[in-house]
Amino acid sequence: MTDATAAPAHFQAHDDHAHHDADHKPGFFARWFMSTNHKDIGTLYLIFAIIAGIIGGAISGLMRVELAEPGIQYLPTWLEMLHGPGTFDEALHLWNVLVTAHGLIMVFFMVMPAMIGGFGNWFVPIMIGAPDMAFPRMNNVSFWLLVPAFILLLASPFFGGAGTGWTVYAPLSTYGEPGPSVDMAILSLHIAGASSILGAINFITTIFNMRAPGMTLHKMPLFVWSVLITAFLLLLALPVLAAAITMLLTDRNFGTTFYDPAGGGDPILYQHLFWFFGHPEVYIMILPGFGIVSHIISTFSKKPIFGYLGMAYAMVAIGVVGFIVWAHHMFTTGLDVNTKMYFTAATMVIAVPTGIKIFSWIATMWGGSMTFKTPMVWSLGFIFMFTVGGVTGVVLANGGVDNYMHDTYYVVAHFHYVLSLGAVFGLFAGFYYWFGKMWGKQYNEFLGHLHFWVFFVGVNLLFFPMHFLGLDGMPRRYPDYPDAFGQYNHLATLGYKVMAVGMVIFFINVIWSLIAGKKAEGNPWGEGATTLEWTLSSPPPFHQFETLPKVD
Amino acid sequence: MRTLKTMMMALTLAAAPAAALAQNATAPAASAAPAATAAAGDSADAAAKPVFQHAAPEAEIGQPIPGGWKIQPQVTELGEDGQWLHDAILVPIIVAISVFVLGLMLWAMFRYRAAANPVPSKTTHNTFIEVIWTLVPVLILLVIAVPSIRLLAAQYNQPKADVTIKVIGNQWYWTYQYPDNGDFEIVSNMLKEKDEVKEGERFRTDADGPRLLAVDERIVVPVGAVVKLIVTSNDVIHSFAVPAFWAKMDAVPGRLNETWFKADRVGVYFGQCSELCGARHAYMPIAVEVVEPARYAEWVKLKGGTMPGEKAAEEAAASAAAEPAATAAAAPAEEPAAAPVANANAAAAAPTN
Repeated sequence: MTDATAAPAHFQAHDDHAHHDADHKPGFFARWFMSTNHKDIGTLYLIFAIIAGIIGGAISGLMRVELAEPGIQYLPTWLEMLHGPGTFDEALHLWNVLVTAHGLIMVFFMVMPAMIGGFGNWFVPIMIGAPDMAFPRMNNVSFWLLVPAFILLLASPFFGGAGTGWTVYAPLSTYGEPGPSVDMAILSLHIAGASSILGAINFITTIFNMRAPGMTLHKMPLFVWSVLITAFLLLLALPVLAAAITMLLTDRNFGTTFYDPAGGGDPILYQHLFWFFGHPEVYIMILPGFGIVSHIISTFSKKPIFGYLGMAYAMVAIGVVGFIVWAHHMFTTGLDVNTKMYFTAATMVIAVPTGIKIFSWIATMWGGSMTFKTPMVWSLGFIFMFTVGGVTGVVLANGGVDNYMHDTYYVVAHFHYVLSLGAVFGLFAGFYYWFGKMWGKQYNEFLGHLHFWVFFVGVNLLFFPMHFLGLDGMPRRYPDYPDAFGQYNHLATLGYKVMAVGMVIFFINVIWSLIAGKKAEGNPWGEGATTLEWTLSSPPPFHQFETLPKVD
Repeated sequence: MRTLKTMMMALTLAAAPAAALAQNATAPAASAAPAATAAAGDSADAAAKPVFQHAAPEAEIGQPIPGGWKIQPQVTELGEDGQWLHDAILVPIIVAISVFVLGLMLWAMFRYRAAANPVPSKTTHNTFIEVIWTLVPVLILLVIAVPSIRLLAAQYNQPKADVTIKVIGNQWYWTYQYPDNGDFEIVSNMLKEKDEVKEGERFRTDADGPRLLAVDERIVVPVGAVVKLIVTSNDVIHSFAVPAFWAKMDAVPGRLNETWFKADRVGVYFGQCSELCGARHAYMPIAVEVVEPARYAEWVKLKGGTMPGEKAAEEAAASAAAEPAATAAAAPAEEPAAAPVANANAAAAAPTN
């Protein structure tokens, strides 16, 4: 197929006259709507994730303004805007719809498409020295499945709205919620899940079969490792979700009683199935972030990653153990004492590989020659914020302590520290790191730093007080709360506003840089950037590596 | 375009609190209403029917504390154990780890910045340190695991129950049955604010408890007694939670979940439904009043229940005075009884005491 002994000079994809086919692009419609190009599909995923992020973020803004003061302030008004005047109960239901939509959008339509679909598509083939993904047409199918899935979810509030929480627990989601909305949300998850499964198959095949000559598994960049492990988690976890929500669908519409005790079913069965998917899902969201951050720390410390094998196998360990800890989400459902002890112990074990990663990042910095470009400050922020979210995870892992914390704001604080400050910081780090590579224009360094600091202050103001609210006993998913919780809720809403200002800065930076940014060099980061994408031009040619690179 | 949208969103948000304050200016409901009014509120004829004097809640215990940032004060032994595990073991460890990581990062950022260290080292492995940072976390986790597993074991090591309460979640209120006390049932609804109820209906006063926490019918339990809770639901999943007792148990339809508490302090303790259960999820609070045993007996009688051990005596009384019992059984049905369900046994017992 290719010349495996190509000279090192061929690492470089040359200008048009060297490979005159490499940069031949199809017309607009064929290029963006019928794409088989991993970079274009990656771009589509990123645009999709940004749009979903704006919608999901706006919904959390609605929630934060409602929560700014005790009492119900805006929900009846919003209900009227959406459906016309309704009862107070319908206004309260709208709250649950917002909570549900925020969770589902951020998980399935923002973080996953951005991490795996966006950065995974863009950089996995390049980093392993492949010209494209193994199944380019299936890649396109994966993306375009997301669009109807998202439309279904966005349309559901106009049919009453699914107010079940992103967990869609039965029986609230079966006989507790009549109307087509929950069916639409379930179908949306089915389609999004199918999209992810196809994507996962594509990544696994690509990574196993299309690595450049010499690129053994143990030489693979850590981001590729992280996507490989994520793809396996997706492949193993999503079918379980599909089965669980299919049974929900038949319980709702065809009179089955999988989760209905009246027919011998069990609502807790749903929770076991959901969390068998749901716990790996949280690692699906964070593992690619681990990969991204590893590259950035190494690049800006001008040092190879410390303990490469330990880093790779720590992710494998997190992935494996992530499958056997699910019931720690169910500590108060009436589990047996031995079950609870097992899940307590197993959950705490995850802290060990996670600790290895944190310390290895610091060791990578140790002895390095560090510069603090925007991607680096986001990555440093990631490490510390993820540590904070991780240690509160150790608190929650204790089944006996979770009796107090379960379903309080402490849990909300915990998972926003690992996701909104962990995964999202990883996303921003990657976005700035590869901005020039992807678009050929370099972002503005000052605005990037400003974005970081405003966002950092904002999200900490937003989420740190939630620990206090949880300890003081405030339950999750409440549109209204006893007045004693007022102060920290007010502070959290203030934090949201600061964060929103940070996002404005981000979008200004993106638009300004795309229009007027400096032209990006092939490798703007210097000697520390050692992965294959930096051997290409910025942006890379439409088809890279027509002659495969050879890795020593 | 996206930027514009986001900016508009930010502007809307910035304008929001002013509107919120304006709309929230409704006066808090009659805070000065006396406690007795609340307790007697639903009885049409307070003089004819004796009324249980409910205690007023305390500000710093049994309910969230304004601006509170710690675990609520615990009044059960298990709660104190849990609080100790959190405050004395977990928080110091997690704070130390976070500060340690932050310190290492800041030091590395300072010491190994490009200006101070222009030539990076080539070190990529150090087996010794990798073993250390694998083993030390394992040891720390063991330190946590021992008291954690002990706490779990204690939570499931329930002593013999003195009182059993069947807790049933409903959309959106709780019902409580006392099977060992003549199986009477009470229905517990959240009390609304004064401006939310019709003229003459009962509304919340400060003697009932804070807004969104006060209920019309509290669970009453004796102090120092082991209270077994059998928790289930009539519709969707709810969760029965009382933070001051360290107690939380999901109410799952088709299941009887069991948990327990032993409150060592007289007082009123509030909790809230802790599993999303539909529209009024935030409006089905829980209130437990812990009282002296004699007051508990008094309350049980008023609800038409019996105390354990009285059963033999009351059966004898019931058969000896079958005629008066029959009249008595009809009597409570006529007046607005506090206990919605007064079974024959309970009704028969009423006149004998």
